[in-house]
Amino acid sequence: METLLNRYRNLSVLLLLVVGQLLLLAWQVRAGEDARLLRVWAVTAVTPLARAIEWARGGTGGFFSEYVLLRDVRRENAALKEEVGQLRLANRFLKTELEMAERARALALFRDRTPSKVLAARVIGTSAGLNSRVVFVDRGSTDGIRKGMAVLVPEGIVGKVVQAYPTASQVMLATSQGFAAGVISQKHRVRGTLKGLGSSLCPVEYIENEDKVEAGEWFFTSGDDRIFPRGLPVGTVKTVREGRGAKEVTLDPSGLRGGIDEVLIVVEGVHGLVPDPPRPSSNEVQILPPPPDDIPQEENLSPASRALPTEADRLRERYRRVGDSQGHNFGANPGRPPDFNRPVPASPKPAAPRPQEPPPPEVQP
Amino acid sequence: MTGYDDRLLLRTPSKTRIARYPAAVWIIVPLVAILFQVYVPRFVVALSYLELPLLATIYFSLMSRRPVTGSVSGAVIGLLQDSLSHQPVGLFGISKTLVGYFSASVSQRFDVENNLLRFLLSFFLFLFHQILFWVLSRSLLGAALDLQIPQTVIYSFLNAAVAIPFFQILDRLRSDTR
Repeated sequence: METLLNRYRNLSVLLLLVVGQLLLLAWQVRAGEDARLLRVWAVTAVTPLARAIEWARGGTGGFFSEYVLLRDVRRENAALKEEVGQLRLANRFLKTELEMAERARALALFRDRTPSKVLAARVIGTSAGLNSRVVFVDRGSTDGIRKGMAVLVPEGIVGKVVQAYPTASQVMLATSQGFAAGVISQKHRVRGTLKGLGSSLCPVEYIENEDKVEAGEWFFTSGDDRIFPRGLPVGTVKTVREGRGAKEVTLDPSGLRGGIDEVLIVVEGVHGLVPDPPRPSSNEVQILPPPPDDIPQEENLSPASRALPTEADRLRERYRRVGDSQGHNFGANPGRPPDFNRPVPASPKPAAPRPQEPPPPEVQP
Repeated sequence: MTGYDDRLLLRTPSKTRIARYPAAVWIIVPLVAILFQVYVPRFVVALSYLELPLLATIYFSLMSRRPVTGSVSGAVIGLLQDSLSHQPVGLFGISKTLVGYFSASVSQRFDVENNLLRFLLSFFLFLFHQILFWVLSRSLLGAALDLQIPQTVIYSFLNAAVAIPFFQILDRLRSDTR
């Protein structure tokens, strides 16, 4: 046996390594587990290096490029070199500062505006794979990040956390293969499932051919996936055509159009509303506001009828009020029917709160 | 056998030199290659086609000329790469183990210090790695991964082109030989 192993040593080692890794793969797939220890070691080993490089790049990159630029200017024009260099340096510095401030302001604005509780994070690296669509961010489980949390930017959704390590988290981008999110169209409220395929555009599946979707229309998160809160922008429709069995819709994800540096991780999601599409405005054609419904407006309804869920219930309530105002009891006296053309009396409004009586003047002794 | 064949095929034992490297090189080079792949494509998207960990695997396997060393180094680099990706650990590991094994096996027969041979080997081994990865992903994980042949061939060519200077830089780290 030993001789046999020695004779086929190379092949034995190869088989051992391949079979070992196959077993590891099989265990992960079958048990739904992950070789977490291995990942934690690797991420913990790489994250500090990535952070250090990022820090060095941020601190010295700008200075270095400006220095090189300054040297070139000196060569071209010795007399103006210092002034031009200083001005360019200051200009670039201010521009960068402005861009950073704008980005930070947009993020802060969005953070204040969104009802969800979010945590800002910085992208520190991509995943180790060809055409990788997974990134690492500098927030981990110690910051409260958990697997499955939604990641977004003010422009739209970015992806979701697929692994949370102590010092960093791994975020699967919306364009990544295996990504899925429930979406709803803004104009026609058509629901579908956004899927990542590994390319820059994402298909939206499960839309019937009969459903109406237009090119350029916005899609928002529907909240059905229980990951992304409802009402976050997802992207615009790039192409739409009828397919076999279902409509073929591709989306251009708005959150990934530019590079992503800073992102927001939704720690506690609160569902919002999908905004109505903007109305077409024109100076030449006057468009009236939509006509009022015959149905009583919400504010005119009594608290009881406000709870009426259907049109039939509201109609019944209206007839009851007409009957009450004319002393007619439906079903009791088969006499003359009430006059339904008379105006419907307004529902009794709750009594206005009495103004608070001023406190009695203090009597001075 | 022609003179050109003589340049490519190893016929004398004197040419079967086993390159040796300081221990630090075995650790630092794969780490730097993986860090490069994790970090650089963020800023230079055009460089995301580079598979430096695979090139490092090919180089160390070719130069060690030992299938066992090639397989083990491929497995270690692949597993490290796997652990930084979002897929189950083992896919890159198996692919690079086989690449390491085949590279080292080839190096026992050919003069792997020849740049043309290095280019061809890198080209075909990259192609083999990509196809193997695709096959494993589909068969073992059932992933609907898309294999774009023209793009993969172009990437193979580009990686092979980068492999030549990359291998020459690594050659300088040798503490050599026999």
